[in-house]
Amino acid sequence: MKQQSKKMFDPSTIPDDYCPIATDFFDMQVGDWRAKRPVVLRSKCVKCGTCWAFCPTQCIIEKPKWFEANLKICKGCGICAQECPNHAITMVEEQEE
Amino acid sequence: MPKTIVCDGNEAAAWGACLAKPDMVSVYPITPQSSLAEHLTEFIAEGKLSADLMDVEGEHSVLSVLQGACLAGARTFTATCGQGLAFMFEPYFRTPNLRLPIVMAIVTRDGITPQTVWGGQQDAMTVKEAGWIQMYAETNQEILDTIIMAYRVAEHPDVMLPVNVCFDGTYLSYGIEAVSVPDQEVIDEFLGEKNVNWHVALDPERPMAVDPLTGGGSGKGTSMFVRYRKGHCKAMQRALEVIEEVHTEYGEKVGRFYGPLIEEYRMEDADYAIMTIGSMTGAGREAVDIARGEGKRVGLLKVKTFRPFPVEAIHRSLAKVKALGVVDRSVNYGWGTGPLYQEVLAATYFLEQRIPVISFIGGLSGSDLTVENHFRKVVEVTERACQGEVSRQTIWLNEDDDKGEG
Repeated sequence: MKQQSKKMFDPSTIPDDYCPIATDFFDMQVGDWRAKRPVVLRSKCVKCGTCWAFCPTQCIIEKPKWFEANLKICKGCGICAQECPNHAITMVEEQEE
Repeated sequence: MPKTIVCDGNEAAAWGACLAKPDMVSVYPITPQSSLAEHLTEFIAEGKLSADLMDVEGEHSVLSVLQGACLAGARTFTATCGQGLAFMFEPYFRTPNLRLPIVMAIVTRDGITPQTVWGGQQDAMTVKEAGWIQMYAETNQEILDTIIMAYRVAEHPDVMLPVNVCFDGTYLSYGIEAVSVPDQEVIDEFLGEKNVNWHVALDPERPMAVDPLTGGGSGKGTSMFVRYRKGHCKAMQRALEVIEEVHTEYGEKVGRFYGPLIEEYRMEDADYAIMTIGSMTGAGREAVDIARGEGKRVGLLKVKTFRPFPVEAIHRSLAKVKALGVVDRSVNYGWGTGPLYQEVLAATYFLEQRIPVISFIGGLSGSDLTVENHFRKVVEVTERACQGEVSRQTIWLNEDDDKGEG
Protein backbone atom coordinates (compact mmCIF):
# COMPACT_ATOMS: atom_id res chain seq x y z
CA MET A 1 0.00 0.00 0.00
CA LYS A 2 1.45 3.33 -1.04
CA GLN A 3 0.85 6.10 1.44
CA GLN A 4 -1.70 8.60 0.17
CA SER A 5 -0.43 12.12 -0.52
CA LYS A 6 -2.53 14.06 1.93
CA LYS A 7 -2.03 17.51 3.42
CA MET A 8 -1.36 17.46 7.13
CA PHE A 9 -1.38 21.20 7.72
CA ASP A 10 -1.99 24.19 5.50
CA PRO A 11 1.36 25.96 5.32
CA SER A 12 0.15 28.74 3.01
CA THR A 13 -0.48 31.00 6.01
CA ILE A 14 3.19 31.13 7.00
CA PRO A 15 6.27 32.36 5.11
CA ASP A 16 8.00 29.63 3.10
CA ASP A 17 11.50 30.83 4.01
CA TYR A 18 11.38 30.40 7.81
CA CYS A 19 11.79 26.94 9.32
CA PRO A 20 11.83 23.90 7.03
CA ILE A 21 8.65 21.92 7.59
CA ALA A 22 6.98 19.16 5.63
CA THR A 23 3.23 18.96 5.27
CA ASP A 24 2.94 16.28 2.57
CA PHE A 25 3.54 12.59 3.09
CA PHE A 26 6.51 11.37 1.11
CA ASP A 27 5.55 8.16 -0.70
CA MET A 28 8.97 6.50 -0.62
CA GLN A 29 9.19 3.50 1.69
CA VAL A 30 12.44 2.54 3.34
CA GLY A 31 12.05 -0.85 1.68
CA ASP A 32 12.51 0.89 -1.68
CA TRP A 33 16.29 1.08 -1.29
CA ARG A 34 16.86 -2.54 -0.20
CA ALA A 35 19.63 -4.39 -2.10
CA LYS A 36 19.10 -7.82 -0.53
CA ARG A 37 15.95 -9.35 0.87
CA PRO A 38 15.65 -11.84 3.71
CA VAL A 39 14.06 -15.13 2.66
CA VAL A 40 12.78 -17.40 5.44
CA LEU A 41 13.08 -21.16 4.99
CA ARG A 42 9.83 -22.17 6.65
CA SER A 43 10.96 -25.74 7.34
CA LYS A 44 13.82 -24.42 9.48
CA CYS A 45 11.94 -21.59 11.28
CA VAL A 46 10.98 -22.60 14.84
CA LYS A 47 9.30 -19.25 15.61
CA CYS A 48 11.80 -18.42 18.36
CA GLY A 49 11.37 -14.71 17.59
CA THR A 50 15.08 -13.85 17.56
CA CYS A 51 14.70 -12.02 14.20
CA TRP A 52 11.71 -10.12 15.58
CA ALA A 53 13.72 -9.02 18.61
CA PHE A 54 16.80 -7.92 16.65
CA CYS A 55 15.23 -6.21 13.65
CA PRO A 56 16.20 -2.48 13.90
CA THR A 57 13.20 -1.39 11.82
CA GLN A 58 10.77 -3.66 13.64
CA CYS A 59 9.50 -4.98 10.33
CA ILE A 60 9.23 -8.67 11.28
CA ILE A 61 5.63 -9.88 11.18
CA GLU A 62 4.17 -13.02 12.66
CA LYS A 63 2.68 -15.73 10.41
CA PRO A 64 0.92 -18.91 11.60
CA LYS A 65 4.07 -21.01 11.63
CA TRP A 66 6.94 -18.63 10.89
CA PHE A 67 8.13 -15.05 11.00
CA GLU A 68 8.93 -12.96 7.94
CA ALA A 69 9.87 -9.42 7.02
CA ASN A 70 7.43 -6.78 5.79
CA LEU A 71 9.29 -5.87 2.60
CA LYS A 72 7.81 -2.37 2.45
CA ILE A 73 9.83 -1.54 5.52
CA CYS A 74 12.73 -4.00 5.50
CA LYS A 75 15.96 -2.22 4.47
CA GLY A 76 17.78 -5.51 3.90
CA CYS A 77 20.40 -4.99 6.58
CA GLY A 78 20.72 -8.74 7.15
CA ILE A 79 20.82 -8.62 10.94
CA CYS A 80 17.98 -11.16 11.16
CA ALA A 81 19.91 -13.61 8.96
CA GLN A 82 23.04 -13.12 11.02
CA GLU A 83 21.22 -13.63 14.34
CA CYS A 84 18.87 -16.51 13.41
CA PRO A 85 20.07 -19.44 15.60
CA ASN A 86 18.61 -21.98 13.16
CA HIS A 87 20.09 -20.38 10.01
CA ALA A 88 16.58 -20.21 8.60
CA ILE A 89 17.08 -16.83 6.87
CA THR A 90 19.17 -16.19 3.80
CA MET A 91 19.80 -12.86 2.12
CA VAL A 92 18.94 -12.94 -1.57
CA GLU A 93 19.98 -10.30 -4.11
CA GLU A 94 17.10 -8.07 -5.23
CA GLN A 95 16.38 -8.23 -8.96
CA GLU A 96 15.10 -5.46 -11.20
CA GLU A 97 11.37 -5.89 -11.54
CA MET B 1 7.79 51.65 41.58
CA PRO B 2 10.96 50.08 40.24
CA LYS B 3 13.17 48.87 43.08
CA THR B 4 16.91 49.27 43.24
CA ILE B 5 19.00 46.28 44.23
CA VAL B 6 22.74 45.78 44.53
CA CYS B 7 23.83 42.72 42.62
CA ASP B 8 26.35 41.16 40.28
CA GLY B 9 25.83 40.63 36.57
CA ASN B 10 24.68 37.06 36.96
CA GLU B 11 21.92 38.09 39.33
CA ALA B 12 20.97 40.98 37.05
CA ALA B 13 20.66 38.49 34.18
CA ALA B 14 18.50 36.21 36.32
CA TRP B 15 16.25 39.19 37.16
CA GLY B 16 15.95 40.05 33.48
CA ALA B 17 14.96 36.48 32.68
CA CYS B 18 12.54 36.37 35.63
CA LEU B 19 10.75 39.53 34.48
CA ALA B 20 10.34 38.06 30.98
CA LYS B 21 8.39 35.15 32.54
CA PRO B 22 9.78 32.21 30.59
CA ASP B 23 7.70 29.02 30.70
CA MET B 24 10.72 26.77 30.71
CA VAL B 25 14.25 27.25 31.95
CA SER B 26 17.12 24.83 31.67
CA VAL B 27 20.65 25.63 32.77
CA TYR B 28 23.79 23.66 33.44
CA PRO B 29 26.26 25.41 35.70
CA ILE B 30 29.66 26.47 34.37
CA THR B 31 32.05 29.13 35.65
CA PRO B 32 31.58 32.10 35.44
CA GLN B 33 27.86 31.54 34.77
CA SER B 34 27.12 29.24 37.74
CA SER B 35 25.59 31.78 40.11
CA LEU B 36 23.21 32.82 37.32
CA ALA B 37 21.92 29.24 37.27
CA GLU B 38 21.66 29.32 41.09
CA HIS B 39 19.68 32.56 41.09
CA LEU B 40 17.24 31.21 38.52
CA THR B 41 16.62 28.02 40.47
CA GLU B 42 16.26 30.08 43.64
CA PHE B 43 13.66 32.33 41.97
CA ILE B 44 11.73 29.25 40.89
CA ALA B 45 11.96 27.67 44.36
CA GLU B 46 10.75 30.90 45.96
CA GLY B 47 7.85 31.16 43.53
CA LYS B 48 9.11 34.45 42.04
CA LEU B 49 9.37 32.72 38.69
CA SER B 50 6.74 30.26 37.60
CA ALA B 51 8.71 28.22 35.07
CA ASP B 52 9.37 24.55 34.55
CA LEU B 53 12.99 23.87 35.42
CA MET B 54 14.57 21.09 33.41
CA ASP B 55 17.41 19.51 35.32
CA VAL B 56 19.54 17.88 32.63
CA GLU B 57 22.99 16.34 32.40
CA GLY B 58 24.77 18.85 30.21
CA GLU B 59 24.55 21.78 27.82
CA HIS B 60 23.75 19.67 24.77
CA SER B 61 20.56 18.56 26.49
CA VAL B 62 19.90 22.04 27.86
CA LEU B 63 19.41 23.54 24.43
CA SER B 64 17.80 20.41 23.00
CA VAL B 65 15.00 20.43 25.59
CA LEU B 66 14.50 24.15 25.06
CA GLN B 67 14.10 23.53 21.33
CA GLY B 68 11.35 21.06 22.13
CA ALA B 69 9.77 23.46 24.60
CA CYS B 70 9.86 26.30 22.09
CA LEU B 71 8.35 24.09 19.38
CA ALA B 72 5.56 23.34 21.81
CA GLY B 73 4.94 27.03 22.41
CA ALA B 74 7.02 27.93 25.46
CA ARG B 75 9.07 31.05 26.09
CA THR B 76 12.50 29.79 27.11
CA PHE B 77 15.72 30.96 28.74
CA THR B 78 19.17 29.58 29.37
CA ALA B 79 22.74 30.72 29.89
CA THR B 80 26.16 29.19 29.33
CA CYS B 81 29.72 29.98 28.28
CA GLY B 82 33.12 28.61 27.35
CA GLN B 83 33.34 24.84 27.29
CA GLY B 84 29.61 24.62 28.04
CA LEU B 85 28.90 26.55 24.86
CA ALA B 86 31.30 24.26 23.00
CA PHE B 87 29.41 21.23 24.27
CA MET B 88 26.14 22.91 23.28
CA PHE B 89 27.30 23.61 19.74
CA GLU B 90 25.32 20.89 17.96
CA PRO B 91 21.86 22.15 19.00
CA TYR B 92 23.22 25.75 19.04
CA PHE B 93 24.06 25.47 15.36
CA ARG B 94 20.53 24.44 14.40
CA THR B 95 18.47 26.72 16.66
CA PRO B 96 18.52 29.78 14.37
CA ASN B 97 17.68 27.76 11.26
CA LEU B 98 14.69 26.29 13.08
CA ARG B 99 13.84 29.96 13.70
CA LEU B 100 13.24 29.42 17.41
CA PRO B 101 13.18 32.63 19.48
CA ILE B 102 15.19 31.28 22.41
CA VAL B 103 17.07 33.79 24.58
CA MET B 104 20.41 32.71 25.98
CA ALA B 105 22.97 34.65 27.96
CA ILE B 106 26.63 33.97 27.23
CA VAL B 107 28.66 34.90 30.29
CA THR B 108 31.73 35.20 28.11
CA ARG B 109 34.80 33.22 29.08
CA ASP B 110 38.09 32.95 27.32
CA GLY B 111 38.97 29.91 25.24
CA ILE B 112 40.76 26.87 26.57
CA THR B 113 43.77 26.13 26.29
CA PRO B 114 45.59 27.47 28.38
CA GLN B 115 43.16 26.52 31.12
CA THR B 116 41.16 29.56 32.10
CA VAL B 117 37.97 30.24 34.01
CA TRP B 118 38.13 33.99 33.49
CA GLY B 119 36.48 36.48 31.19
CA GLY B 120 37.27 36.97 27.51
CA GLN B 121 34.93 36.94 24.53
CA GLN B 122 36.53 34.04 22.67
CA ASP B 123 33.54 31.73 23.24
CA ALA B 124 30.88 34.07 21.84
CA MET B 125 33.14 35.25 19.01
CA THR B 126 33.86 31.68 17.99
CA VAL B 127 30.17 30.99 17.35
CA LYS B 128 29.43 34.29 15.60
CA GLU B 129 28.63 32.62 12.27
CA ALA B 130 26.02 30.20 13.60
CA GLY B 131 23.21 32.65 12.84
CA TRP B 132 22.17 33.86 16.30
CA ILE B 133 21.62 37.51 17.06
CA GLN B 134 24.32 38.66 19.50
CA MET B 135 24.18 41.75 21.67
CA TYR B 136 26.89 42.72 24.17
CA ALA B 137 26.12 44.48 27.45
CA GLU B 138 28.35 47.05 29.11
CA THR B 139 26.89 47.15 32.62
CA ASN B 140 24.79 44.98 34.93
CA GLN B 141 21.85 47.29 34.30
CA GLU B 142 22.27 46.84 30.58
CA ILE B 143 22.35 43.05 31.04
CA LEU B 144 18.96 43.08 32.77
CA ASP B 145 17.41 45.49 30.29
CA THR B 146 18.86 43.74 27.23
CA ILE B 147 17.62 40.30 28.25
CA ILE B 148 14.09 41.67 28.42
CA MET B 149 14.47 43.46 25.10
CA ALA B 150 15.98 40.30 23.58
CA TYR B 151 12.61 38.56 23.82
CA ARG B 152 10.90 41.29 21.85
CA VAL B 153 13.57 41.09 19.17
CA ALA B 154 13.61 37.28 19.05
CA GLU B 155 9.82 36.92 18.97
CA HIS B 156 9.18 39.66 16.42
CA PRO B 157 7.27 37.95 13.57
CA ASP B 158 9.73 39.30 10.97
CA VAL B 159 12.70 38.05 12.97
CA MET B 160 11.96 34.76 14.79
CA LEU B 161 15.59 34.12 15.67
CA PRO B 162 17.41 33.21 18.88
CA VAL B 163 19.31 35.93 20.72
CA ASN B 164 22.49 35.80 22.77
CA VAL B 165 22.93 38.48 25.37
CA CYS B 166 26.70 38.41 25.91
CA PHE B 167 28.35 39.91 28.96
CA ASP B 168 31.87 39.71 30.28
CA GLY B 169 32.55 36.83 32.61
CA THR B 170 34.39 37.82 35.82
CA TYR B 171 34.08 41.56 35.17
CA LEU B 172 30.32 41.75 34.95
CA SER B 173 29.32 38.29 36.18
CA TYR B 174 30.91 38.96 39.59
CA GLY B 175 31.13 42.75 39.53
CA ILE B 176 28.56 44.36 41.83
CA GLU B 177 26.58 47.46 40.91
CA ALA B 178 23.28 49.08 41.76
CA VAL B 179 20.62 47.82 39.38
CA SER B 180 17.09 49.10 38.95
CA VAL B 181 14.53 46.32 38.57
CA PRO B 182 11.52 47.51 36.54
CA ASP B 183 7.94 46.81 37.62
CA GLN B 184 6.52 43.52 36.44
CA GLU B 185 3.41 45.21 34.99
CA VAL B 186 5.57 47.49 32.83
CA ILE B 187 7.50 44.53 31.45
CA ASP B 188 4.32 42.49 30.95
CA GLU B 189 2.90 45.30 28.89
CA PHE B 190 6.16 45.77 26.99
CA LEU B 191 6.53 42.09 26.09
CA GLY B 192 2.88 41.37 25.34
CA GLU B 193 1.52 37.95 24.49
CA LYS B 194 4.11 35.47 23.33
CA ASN B 195 3.61 33.54 20.10
CA VAL B 196 6.70 31.49 19.46
CA ASN B 197 5.57 28.50 17.41
CA TRP B 198 3.14 29.86 14.82
CA HIS B 199 5.57 28.97 12.02
CA VAL B 200 6.76 25.55 13.17
CA ALA B 201 5.29 23.47 15.95
CA LEU B 202 5.00 20.18 17.74
CA ASP B 203 1.23 20.36 17.86
CA PRO B 204 -1.29 17.57 17.26
CA GLU B 205 -3.78 20.17 16.03
CA ARG B 206 -1.37 21.25 13.31
CA PRO B 207 0.49 18.10 12.24
CA MET B 208 3.73 18.76 10.41
CA ALA B 209 7.18 17.27 10.10
CA VAL B 210 9.85 19.55 11.53
CA ASP B 211 13.10 19.96 9.62
CA PRO B 212 12.87 17.31 6.87
CA LEU B 213 15.86 16.54 4.62
CA THR B 214 16.32 19.51 2.30
CA GLY B 215 18.90 19.80 -0.46
CA GLY B 216 20.59 17.24 -2.66
CA GLY B 217 22.30 17.60 -6.00
CA SER B 218 19.90 19.85 -7.88
CA GLY B 219 16.27 20.75 -8.40
CA LYS B 220 13.57 21.52 -5.87
CA GLY B 221 15.58 20.55 -2.80
CA THR B 222 18.54 22.79 -3.52
CA SER B 223 16.32 25.78 -4.36
CA MET B 224 14.46 25.25 -1.11
CA PHE B 225 17.73 25.17 0.80
CA VAL B 226 18.77 28.49 -0.72
CA ARG B 227 15.35 29.94 0.08
CA TYR B 228 15.75 29.11 3.77
CA ARG B 229 19.27 30.55 3.88
CA LYS B 230 18.10 33.75 2.20
CA GLY B 231 15.12 33.94 4.55
CA HIS B 232 17.48 33.70 7.52
CA CYS B 233 19.72 36.46 6.14
CA LYS B 234 16.66 38.65 5.46
CA ALA B 235 15.49 38.18 9.04
CA MET B 236 18.94 39.12 10.33
CA GLN B 237 18.90 42.37 8.34
CA ARG B 238 15.34 43.11 9.49
CA ALA B 239 16.53 42.50 13.04
CA LEU B 240 18.72 45.61 12.82
CA GLU B 241 15.58 47.74 12.47
CA VAL B 242 13.68 45.76 15.08
CA ILE B 243 16.53 46.11 17.60
CA GLU B 244 16.39 49.89 17.15
CA GLU B 245 12.59 50.02 17.46
CA VAL B 246 12.60 47.82 20.55
CA HIS B 247 15.31 49.91 22.27
CA THR B 248 13.31 53.07 21.63
CA GLU B 249 10.11 51.58 22.96
CA TYR B 250 11.86 50.12 26.01
CA GLY B 251 13.45 53.49 26.71
CA GLU B 252 10.08 55.20 26.56
CA LYS B 253 8.48 52.67 28.92
CA VAL B 254 11.31 52.11 31.39
CA GLY B 255 13.28 55.32 31.06
CA ARG B 256 16.65 53.88 30.10
CA PHE B 257 18.05 54.35 26.60
CA TYR B 258 21.01 52.54 25.07
CA GLY B 259 22.62 52.78 21.67
CA PRO B 260 20.91 49.77 20.10
CA LEU B 261 23.53 48.98 17.45
CA ILE B 262 26.41 51.39 17.98
CA GLU B 263 26.58 53.89 20.82
CA GLU B 264 28.52 57.06 20.19
CA TYR B 265 30.37 58.82 23.01
CA ARG B 266 31.84 62.30 22.52
CA MET B 267 31.90 61.80 18.76
CA GLU B 268 30.48 65.23 17.77
CA ASP B 269 33.75 66.87 16.72
CA ALA B 270 36.07 63.88 16.99
CA ASP B 271 39.06 63.52 14.66
CA TYR B 272 39.59 59.90 15.60
CA ALA B 273 37.82 57.27 17.67
CA ILE B 274 38.35 54.13 19.66
CA MET B 275 35.91 51.23 19.46
CA THR B 276 34.98 48.97 22.36
CA ILE B 277 32.68 46.05 23.04
CA GLY B 278 31.30 44.95 26.39
CA SER B 279 32.36 46.05 29.87
CA MET B 280 35.70 47.55 28.78
CA THR B 281 33.66 50.47 27.46
CA GLY B 282 33.64 52.03 30.95
CA ALA B 283 37.43 52.35 31.00
CA GLY B 284 37.31 53.48 27.37
CA ARG B 285 34.93 56.34 28.19
CA GLU B 286 37.16 57.47 31.03
CA ALA B 287 40.23 57.38 28.81
CA VAL B 288 38.37 59.50 26.27
CA ASP B 289 37.39 61.99 29.00
CA ILE B 290 41.02 62.31 30.11
CA ALA B 291 42.26 62.71 26.53
CA ARG B 292 39.58 65.32 25.91
CA GLY B 293 40.85 67.13 28.99
CA GLU B 294 44.24 67.21 27.31
CA GLY B 295 42.70 68.77 24.23
CA LYS B 296 42.63 65.63 22.08
CA ARG B 297 39.62 65.31 19.81
CA VAL B 298 38.81 61.66 20.39
CA GLY B 299 35.50 59.87 20.64
CA LEU B 300 34.31 56.35 21.41
CA LEU B 301 32.11 53.89 19.55
CA LYS B 302 30.64 51.10 21.61
CA VAL B 303 29.42 48.10 19.65
CA LYS B 304 26.31 46.68 21.23
CA THR B 305 24.91 44.60 18.38
CA PHE B 306 27.60 42.43 16.80
CA ARG B 307 25.31 39.98 14.97
CA PRO B 308 23.80 41.04 12.64
CA PHE B 309 26.72 43.37 11.97
CA PRO B 310 25.46 46.97 11.87
CA VAL B 311 27.31 48.08 8.73
CA GLU B 312 25.21 51.21 8.07
CA ALA B 313 25.47 52.46 11.63
CA ILE B 314 29.23 51.93 11.55
CA HIS B 315 29.44 53.85 8.29
CA ARG B 316 27.53 56.77 9.74
CA SER B 317 29.89 56.93 12.70
CA LEU B 318 33.11 56.35 10.81
CA ALA B 319 32.29 59.03 8.27
CA LYS B 320 33.08 61.51 11.05
CA VAL B 321 36.62 60.37 11.85
CA LYS B 322 40.03 59.97 10.20
CA ALA B 323 41.31 56.97 12.20
CA LEU B 324 39.95 54.22 14.40
CA GLY B 325 41.42 51.93 17.06
CA VAL B 326 39.40 48.76 17.68
CA VAL B 327 39.82 46.97 21.00
CA ASP B 328 38.92 43.28 20.97
CA ARG B 329 38.67 40.95 23.93
CA SER B 330 39.32 37.86 21.81
CA VAL B 331 41.52 36.65 18.98
CA ASN B 332 40.87 35.97 15.31
CA TYR B 333 43.49 33.29 14.67
CA GLY B 334 42.97 33.40 10.93
CA TRP B 335 44.19 36.98 10.72
CA GLY B 336 46.21 37.41 13.91
CA THR B 337 43.98 40.36 14.81
CA GLY B 338 40.80 40.88 16.79
CA PRO B 339 37.55 39.59 15.25
CA LEU B 340 35.66 42.86 15.73
CA TYR B 341 38.55 44.67 14.03
CA GLN B 342 38.27 42.36 11.05
CA GLU B 343 34.53 43.03 10.71
CA VAL B 344 35.02 46.78 10.93
CA LEU B 345 37.82 46.61 8.40
CA ALA B 346 35.48 44.88 5.94
CA ALA B 347 32.85 47.56 6.57
CA THR B 348 35.33 50.38 5.84
CA TYR B 349 35.78 49.08 2.30
CA PHE B 350 32.52 50.80 1.39
CA LEU B 351 33.47 54.13 2.96
CA GLU B 352 34.07 56.94 0.52
CA GLN B 353 37.35 57.76 2.23
CA ARG B 354 39.48 54.85 3.41
CA ILE B 355 40.72 55.41 6.99
CA PRO B 356 43.43 53.61 8.99
CA VAL B 357 42.11 51.08 11.49
CA ILE B 358 44.33 49.60 14.22
CA SER B 359 43.73 46.29 15.99
CA PHE B 360 44.20 46.08 19.75
CA ILE B 361 43.67 42.90 21.71
CA GLY B 362 43.31 43.05 25.47
CA GLY B 363 41.44 41.75 28.47
CA LEU B 364 42.13 38.11 27.65
CA SER B 365 41.60 35.52 30.37
CA GLY B 366 40.31 38.01 32.90
CA SER B 367 43.10 40.56 32.51
CA ASP B 368 42.21 44.14 33.44
CA LEU B 369 41.95 46.83 30.82
CA THR B 370 42.80 49.92 32.80
CA VAL B 371 42.60 53.55 31.81
CA GLU B 372 46.22 54.34 32.60
CA ASN B 373 48.06 51.23 31.45
CA HIS B 374 46.01 50.20 28.48
CA PHE B 375 43.44 52.63 27.12
CA ARG B 376 45.92 55.52 27.22
CA LYS B 377 47.99 53.51 24.74
CA VAL B 378 44.95 52.83 22.57
CA VAL B 379 44.24 56.56 22.35
CA GLU B 380 47.88 57.43 21.68
CA VAL B 381 48.42 54.87 18.93
CA THR B 382 45.14 55.79 17.24
CA GLU B 383 46.07 59.47 17.45
CA ARG B 384 49.37 58.71 15.71
CA ALA B 385 47.47 56.77 13.03
CA CYS B 386 45.30 59.85 12.56
CA GLN B 387 48.49 61.82 11.95
CA GLY B 388 49.64 59.32 9.33
CA GLU B 389 51.82 56.96 11.35
CA VAL B 390 49.91 53.74 10.75
CA SER B 391 50.86 50.45 12.37
CA ARG B 392 49.71 47.25 10.73
CA GLN B 393 50.82 45.24 13.73
CA THR B 394 48.22 43.97 16.17
CA ILE B 395 48.86 45.53 19.56
CA TRP B 396 48.50 43.16 22.52
CA LEU B 397 47.56 45.43 25.40
CA ASN B 398 48.37 43.11 28.29
CA GLU B 399 51.65 41.87 26.87
CA ASP B 400 53.72 43.92 29.30
CA ASP B 401 51.52 43.50 32.37
CA ASP B 402 54.39 41.58 34.03
CA LYS B 403 56.69 44.61 33.77
CA GLY B 404 55.41 46.29 36.96
CA GLU B 405 53.14 49.33 36.72
CA GLY B 406 49.85 47.34 36.99
